[in-house]
Amino acid sequence: MMLSLDGIEAGYGGLRVLHGLSLEVAAGELVALVGANGAGKSTTLRVASGLLRPSAGRVVFDGEELTGLPGHAVVRRGLVQVPEGRALFGPLTVAENLAMGAFHTGEPADRVLELFPRLAERLDQRADTMSGGEQQMLAIGRALMTRPRLLMLDEPSVGLAPLMVRAVFDALGRIRESGVAILLVEQNAAQALALADRAYVLENGVITLSGTDLAGDERVRRAYLGL
Amino acid sequence: MNRTISRAGLAAVVAAAVIAGAWARSGSGTVTAQAVLTGLLLGGVYALVAMGLTLIFGVLDIVNFAHGAFMTLGMYATALLASSAGLNPYLTLLVSVPLLFGVGYVVQRHMVSRTMGGSLAAQLLLTLGIAMLLENSLLLAFSGDTRTVPVSFDTPLRVLGAVADLSRVLAFVGAMSLAGAVWLLLTRTRLGTAIRAVAANPEGASLVGLDVRRLHALTFAAGTACAGAAGTLVTPLVTVEPTAGELFNIIGFVVVVLGGLGSVPGAVAGGLIIGLTEQLGGLYLPGQSPLLVVFGVFVLVLLWRPQGLFGRPA
Repeated sequence: MMLSLDGIEAGYGGLRVLHGLSLEVAAGELVALVGANGAGKSTTLRVASGLLRPSAGRVVFDGEELTGLPGHAVVRRGLVQVPEGRALFGPLTVAENLAMGAFHTGEPADRVLELFPRLAERLDQRADTMSGGEQQMLAIGRALMTRPRLLMLDEPSVGLAPLMVRAVFDALGRIRESGVAILLVEQNAAQALALADRAYVLENGVITLSGTDLAGDERVRRAYLGL
Repeated sequence: MNRTISRAGLAAVVAAAVIAGAWARSGSGTVTAQAVLTGLLLGGVYALVAMGLTLIFGVLDIVNFAHGAFMTLGMYATALLASSAGLNPYLTLLVSVPLLFGVGYVVQRHMVSRTMGGSLAAQLLLTLGIAMLLENSLLLAFSGDTRTVPVSFDTPLRVLGAVADLSRVLAFVGAMSLAGAVWLLLTRTRLGTAIRAVAANPEGASLVGLDVRRLHALTFAAGTACAGAAGTLVTPLVTVEPTAGELFNIIGFVVVVLGGLGSVPGAVAGGLIIGLTEQLGGLYLPGQSPLLVVFGVFVLVLLWRPQGLFGRPA
């Protein structure tokens, strides 16, 4: 397995959010993580990214234990998160945001600009003056500049116009085709499950379901797809 | 950009009116020209002091009350090297800048970092404590005796009917050059862009692999080095004593708030404005402490633009 989270317990202050969560992502796979608000999806990604230290459990990436490593060290090993809210450098230009992604890799921007031609037209624009969809493209583009081998995305479609949602999901498909594994956290469960090779359902801090065809599962259809 | 130009135009009009008023009040063109020249030259040093403060505030969100004490350290480094080794005071920049950079790095890494994201009170107590520790260490080591460091080649220069000592001109030119260098570092280099990225979004910086803790320490070190350089540059102009930097610290805060917290161009503009205010204020209210007018202008500007001249509305 490329990434495995094993028995993760984590939370904020006295509030425990994850109760022994375990999940795995193999190389080249696109795995979706679905669940209701507050189930612990973002917390799971924060633990994997090294932004939050778990109180128990292990994070292993490519056979190396990453538990407790600081965020920047995790990124340099190829495990990269695009967080909810995007965490862009607002006053910096698009070009500068991308350059910061390439700070340690020296990755040229060509591939990202090919994937998101809109960014190429706006290289000198301040990031915080762009539309939500463009900002999401920039956030994904900036993450790709770090040359990830596993990209984790937290709600990339939230708050976007339908056309932008499609553009973002199309991009995810192409990123996967280029060989980068993806762990996708989404509220938009229908689209996430349609794109994913495999999926997990997270409820109250533990994985309750997993499989390759969750969209066909009766419980998932009722709880998350509204069918 | 247009707003910046119109703001600069407005500032120029206000400055012209204030200078004309001072001329009328003092009844002497030479006296007014002298006040403008002295004010601008001193303002350049204020700008460098404030630049260090605003850099530290903008990136680390720390209000640094030890900045003046760091500046005093720079003064002592210069005074000691100039008197004992007979070095040219300006040459001691090669010592004071790296020394204060190192001090700043260590202080941030081992002390200030522990209060990051903590309460304002904790930061205030820590930085004020560091200031007291430094000042009293200097008192213990070198006694309270005042020192002066004359510049052997100092000579009065005539500029537009006014007179300025070469040492004041050098302080101004040195401070502005260093401020320009810091500006270029921030805007034109990868490291500077990384520092601005950390200021904009520390979590985002961490998520692209930037070592935020290290960049915080480097930024604090660079800001402290600005204080050290300013200390060296003013040493020929001031009386060196353990608390000599305190006044600069206070004025530095006024400049930073005036220019807009975290704004580097604001620190430069604010420094020049406060230098001018201090000197021209002396003409409007002769015999009063020049700081009275400085704080008066400060309060007025904050009533009109609470975010500072170059700050963005919250």
